[in-house]
Amino acid sequence: MLMLMMSRTPLHSANFDKQHLLHRLYALQHQNCHISTESVAQVAGEFNLPVSQVAAVVDFYSFFYREPVGRYHMLLSNCTSCGYRAGGIDVLEKLCQNLNVIPGITRADGQVSISETSCIGMCDHGASMLINGMPLVGLDEKKVTQIARLVSEQTPLSKWPRDWFRIGCPIQKRGLLLRDNSRSGDSLIKALTAGPQHTLEQIVHSGLRGRGGAGFSTGRKWQFCREAAGDAHYVVCNADEGEPGTFKDRVLLQCYADALFEGMAICAFVVGAKRGFLYLRGEYRYLLNHLQETLERGYKKNLLGRSILGHDGFDFDIEIVVGAGAYICGEESALIESLEGKPGIPRIRPPFPVTHGYLGQPTAANNVETFIAAAYIANDGSERFSAVGTERSTGSKILSISGDCRLPGVYEYPFGVSIQQVLDDCGGDNVQAVQIGGPAGALLARRDFHRQISFEDVSTGGSFLVFGEKHDLLSVNQNFAHFFAHESCGFCTPCRVGTQLLEGSLKKIVDGRAVAADIDEIEQLSKLVMRYSHCGLGHTAANHILDSLKHFPELFGKRTVQQAFSPQVDLEAALETARQITHRDDADAHLE
Amino acid sequence: MAREATKATEPNNLTIDGQTVPFKAGQTIMDAALAARIYIPHLCHYPGLKPAGNCRLCVVEANGKSVAACITPAQPGQQVCSDTSELNAARLAITQMLFVEGNHICPSCEKSGNCRLQAMGYYLGMLEEHFHQFNPRREIDASHPTVLLDRDRCILCDLCVRASRDVDKKNVFAIAGRGIHARLIVNTASGKLGDSNIEADDLAANICPVGAILIRERSFDSPIGERIYDRLSISDTAMTEHVPDKGKDHD
Amino acid sequence: MTERKIRIATTSLAGCFGCHMSFLDIDEKLALLNDRIEFNRSPLTDIKHCGPSDIGLIEGGVCNADNVRVLREYRANCAILIAVGACAITGGVPAMRNYFDLRECLEEVYLNGTGVTNPQIPSDAELPLLLDKVYPVQEVVKIDYFLPGCPPSADAFLQLLLPLLDGQKPHLAVNQLHYD
Repeated sequence: MLMLMMSRTPLHSANFDKQHLLHRLYALQHQNCHISTESVAQVAGEFNLPVSQVAAVVDFYSFFYREPVGRYHMLLSNCTSCGYRAGGIDVLEKLCQNLNVIPGITRADGQVSISETSCIGMCDHGASMLINGMPLVGLDEKKVTQIARLVSEQTPLSKWPRDWFRIGCPIQKRGLLLRDNSRSGDSLIKALTAGPQHTLEQIVHSGLRGRGGAGFSTGRKWQFCREAAGDAHYVVCNADEGEPGTFKDRVLLQCYADALFEGMAICAFVVGAKRGFLYLRGEYRYLLNHLQETLERGYKKNLLGRSILGHDGFDFDIEIVVGAGAYICGEESALIESLEGKPGIPRIRPPFPVTHGYLGQPTAANNVETFIAAAYIANDGSERFSAVGTERSTGSKILSISGDCRLPGVYEYPFGVSIQQVLDDCGGDNVQAVQIGGPAGALLARRDFHRQISFEDVSTGGSFLVFGEKHDLLSVNQNFAHFFAHESCGFCTPCRVGTQLLEGSLKKIVDGRAVAADIDEIEQLSKLVMRYSHCGLGHTAANHILDSLKHFPELFGKRTVQQAFSPQVDLEAALETARQITHRDDADAHLE
Repeated sequence: MAREATKATEPNNLTIDGQTVPFKAGQTIMDAALAARIYIPHLCHYPGLKPAGNCRLCVVEANGKSVAACITPAQPGQQVCSDTSELNAARLAITQMLFVEGNHICPSCEKSGNCRLQAMGYYLGMLEEHFHQFNPRREIDASHPTVLLDRDRCILCDLCVRASRDVDKKNVFAIAGRGIHARLIVNTASGKLGDSNIEADDLAANICPVGAILIRERSFDSPIGERIYDRLSISDTAMTEHVPDKGKDHD
Repeated sequence: MTERKIRIATTSLAGCFGCHMSFLDIDEKLALLNDRIEFNRSPLTDIKHCGPSDIGLIEGGVCNADNVRVLREYRANCAILIAVGACAITGGVPAMRNYFDLRECLEEVYLNGTGVTNPQIPSDAELPLLLDKVYPVQEVVKIDYFLPGCPPSADAFLQLLLPLLDGQKPHLAVNQLHYD
């Protein structure tokens, strides 16, 4: 037992930091508020890596900085649900005013910095931020005032009101998976008894498909991995849910981590892996302690470690690797790159991770929910699982519902549930549109609310955003366009440049400066980005624009000006700097 | 997995724009095309280096699917469309994207006339850059005695990275940063080229398709009218490109 | 129908007049054109404002408020507007200031640069106010045709103009397409 304990790395130890480049860089960032050029060279030495690789990693991930951030570093979500405008007031602006900070620029005294970040998965908790990496939720005007005071008084975060940091598990509707989970270990016992081949057959037979959204057959993936030749096989859990509006993995990690680790162990048993990774998105770092404790319990019960549950030769260890702010790492090959201590740039496929994954070895990578479903199937059998849902989408789907509805939270439905049913349950009244599957998914108008959540109809990784009648949908498009421009990895031209151009074009439309030709242009550009990009991010980055053009063309028409041409830049505004420098305000100092 | 390894010895055929093209196992669509002297536009590909697939100019339709020819394995019976008005229009737009995201002032560039980005513009009939210019501010590195790095013109094709790592075995370059902030960096503690061991006759110093990596004192050595793309099309020069054989003591 | 002369207006915004010089380089063929064209506002005439014209040739990018006004005047009066040369089409060499903030540029040139005496940033209603960046003309008005080159050759001018005089769409030969 003692040996087992020692084979793993206790939390927050020097070992945990040394274990992974991202952890070491996080520690430095945390300690020094930035990662200096000297630190980059030092870490390169420690990890025996090229300086350029460490530098590339520092520059790739949003939560690492080359210049010092404030001792209180606030990253406000800019998601439509947990973003700084979610509560009707602009809390980013208010915070900046109260603390005398310019967004993105550390205050001269080094105390505070305020910036924005992509969705932090707190969409069921209102406007939220990460402060020094910890989620602080339910931001409103009152809280902003209090925060400003606490910062001014330099009160340590540990003395801030505890309930500001309390993240709930609002499970609104339970199904197959979200149930009593006290029987930890049962699934694994059954799998070990059944043997790897039979367990695999059960998974195949259940019809389970990947819950990340793409819907590849989990059984087939495991089978390919099991059959692939390699020096070692690996299991990877993708806990990098980053689609704005999704937070169900957060709830699963918080409340069902036992089942998750069991599912991973079952997968390891099937594919013949000895090592597994949980890749946790940086935004969920606050769950690290809890997850480490859960792992610890698993080791104590011999659900992990050597000769698991007395099964000779079945050894399996799980390590947690924490990301550092990069949506693209949700793409499995980018995630594996990140696990290997590199920037999260999607690989060329084929070969696929299932044959050439982590360190070039066969790797089974699945979503959190998929592993939990696999644990369910191992315990309850494939029949009970496939009895739920539709023929081609068996089992249940866990949705993260937020936006303009009365009861945001996590809902588990049998596949095939209609969008209208979901809206009825979550208190979504007077809804004009829903965005399903995040910005990369589908925007649907009222006439499509009869459609079903399933792989064959409307597929989703879990994000379900509700937009009421009063919501300005074009501003939603603008928000999504910014998201993709910010999260594009920069590897390929159409996505790197195209997402920037799309963001600019949408701004022109939203500002009311676009003409009809600009609408045609954005449609062309959307199609180009989607067709010519390297990976799924680019392939889906303009779905929301094309959907909006299709379902809500009048929104674009209303904003356009009736002339043949209008400049991309606001020329009158382009004179402003010169007016300020020269103190001129005569007629010739203006254009219109 | 559908890996056709068993057919490795038999040469196979695919078609490119209706023309039958043989290929050997392990070849990509681009390899097969170049071997048959069919030009598929590309900037980030250079025969002899591992393909990267980042510029996306070589995207073709293979059995109805849009794929980058340089990284997509050739398959028996594959029907590839490349020289279509639709694909060429997209290539033009992608070339224009490369122009506007950087600072490409051809009249002031030493590489003008020998620049493959420019030549791609000529090949595709690019008259203007179409998109709004980004005007980025990028660092110039003049710390090396013989090699100059002007990031204004870098198109992030990654050729120098691969050339330095895989051929020169020096690993001088890398791409860092995300999205539009991606940029070429130098693998030294200072980040300066002057502290690296790059030399003017390294492949990495010479493979740059644009004027981002330049050899000093070699600028403007051929007069206007006699530069490469004054005389030739990029579709011609692409047929002769290959990484030199590694025999170290040539010369 | 009596043959009316095609009216051409030309201007150089933020340019060096090199494109105009190249235009004049068509030499003896100017005589050929002379029977068919006449000039409205142009550096070659003394006409102060662009009147109704068939073709407008714009050299140079847009660097200040005055450039914007002139360009708009040409757009309003020319049936066909053509961007001529690298500066009009891309901003060109004047656009090399675009990598810096305008304030930085002016401070370097008029306040902090070496050799500056009596440092002050010029401010006078007579001076055109600078835009934050130098813009290609097609970012400011709709442009119908582009003639790249620094400058475009005399032959390229002819390749563009001759079809237009006959009411046809011009097409630039590949060997005339260059950006420098």
